[in-house]
Amino acid sequence: MESHEHTGLLRLGDDALILAQRLGEWCGHGPALEEDIALSNIALDLLGQARAFLTLAAEREGKGRDEDSLAYFRTDREFTNALLVELPNGDFGDTIMRQCLFDQFALLRYTALSAQSIDMEVAAIAAKAVKEVRYHAEHSAQWVIRLGDGTEESHQRIQNSLDRLWPYTAEFFIEDAVSESLAAIGLMPLLQDLQGPWQEAMNRILEEATLVAPEKSGTQSGGRSGLHTEHLSFLLAEMQVLPRTYPGAQW
Amino acid sequence: MVNDRLSRIRACLSNVMDPELPFLTITELGMVRGCEFDENDTAVILLTPTYSGCPATDAIQDDIRDAVSEFESNFRVKLVHSPAWTTDWINDAAREKMRQHGIAPPDGNSADKAFLLGKERHISCPRCRSAETKMISAFGSTACKAHFQCESCLEPFDHFKCI
Repeated sequence: MESHEHTGLLRLGDDALILAQRLGEWCGHGPALEEDIALSNIALDLLGQARAFLTLAAEREGKGRDEDSLAYFRTDREFTNALLVELPNGDFGDTIMRQCLFDQFALLRYTALSAQSIDMEVAAIAAKAVKEVRYHAEHSAQWVIRLGDGTEESHQRIQNSLDRLWPYTAEFFIEDAVSESLAAIGLMPLLQDLQGPWQEAMNRILEEATLVAPEKSGTQSGGRSGLHTEHLSFLLAEMQVLPRTYPGAQW
Repeated sequence: MVNDRLSRIRACLSNVMDPELPFLTITELGMVRGCEFDENDTAVILLTPTYSGCPATDAIQDDIRDAVSEFESNFRVKLVHSPAWTTDWINDAAREKMRQHGIAPPDGNSADKAFLLGKERHISCPRCRSAETKMISAFGSTACKAHFQCESCLEPFDHFKCI
């Protein structure tokens, strides 16, 4: 049984790590050089955030693990990321819509952590991350607006992306024993408190983009407790193959 | 004796260069947050990363170990996250060096209010000092830079982003 603190830190680290790995797949495949560089840079920021949170999770656990053992030697059922970030990249519109939905959430979560967390280390990592994510959020929102309020083709395709991805966003805000106990001790914000501001931020972006969020959609969840889509296993296979094949490899 | 060890380490650190901005030292960038003894008389060098994902952070730690180990054996490098690094800690001399190397330095205010308010930021061209510049991409050659172009002299240039 992992401590709630450890699980809470893993969730922060895993969201960033898995999305970083997904975005890294765009490296060399971006629709334009600037965009290729942008997605790779965002991936790099996320990877840095993941390293900081996984290192802290390992230190607090005190069982001799480190960022590498957490990233490379856990199985899919031990990962705690939200399902949204593990979904395949799809086309550029899918990727940028996923990014926008996540960035707006990450911005609110890091802002709350940096302002409110009683844990100085968590607050400090979040304080750095929030400044980085502000650039990501600006970038993804601008693209959503450009594609949504663009041509008939781009509008329809990014609307389809939104329809497909929307059911995965509710998971950001689902409380469980871990999130509630961490909120109770002031370590992390209550997720429900972030939902209203997130909805408002998304409404502003979608309105400018002339897009409409689906009114009725199911909810896809399970990632926080290790129940993932099949896509995560393939992602992990690629991410983990080298250290699992050559444990302790260095260069 | 004790102070000699620390001051020697501090002097050494002010000669360690940033691998991605090889004309700036890690001290000028504000990355060295202190140097002190722990309870075992080990010198602890406190280093703070700039951008979370900056790949140079690992290289810098290696460079510090190489440089300090030439005269000191009992030391370690510790990464500290609190308080979080900000571009405000880059000193004026370093900002001028950036300009001389064709990089527009961060525009002073880490709160970056113009950005928060959605206003255009005015980044001057490091070559001709014209204020008529435009952002090509918010993401540039490294995690810390954005890509700009001067509309007066047409020269493209890097801007060290404010965080």
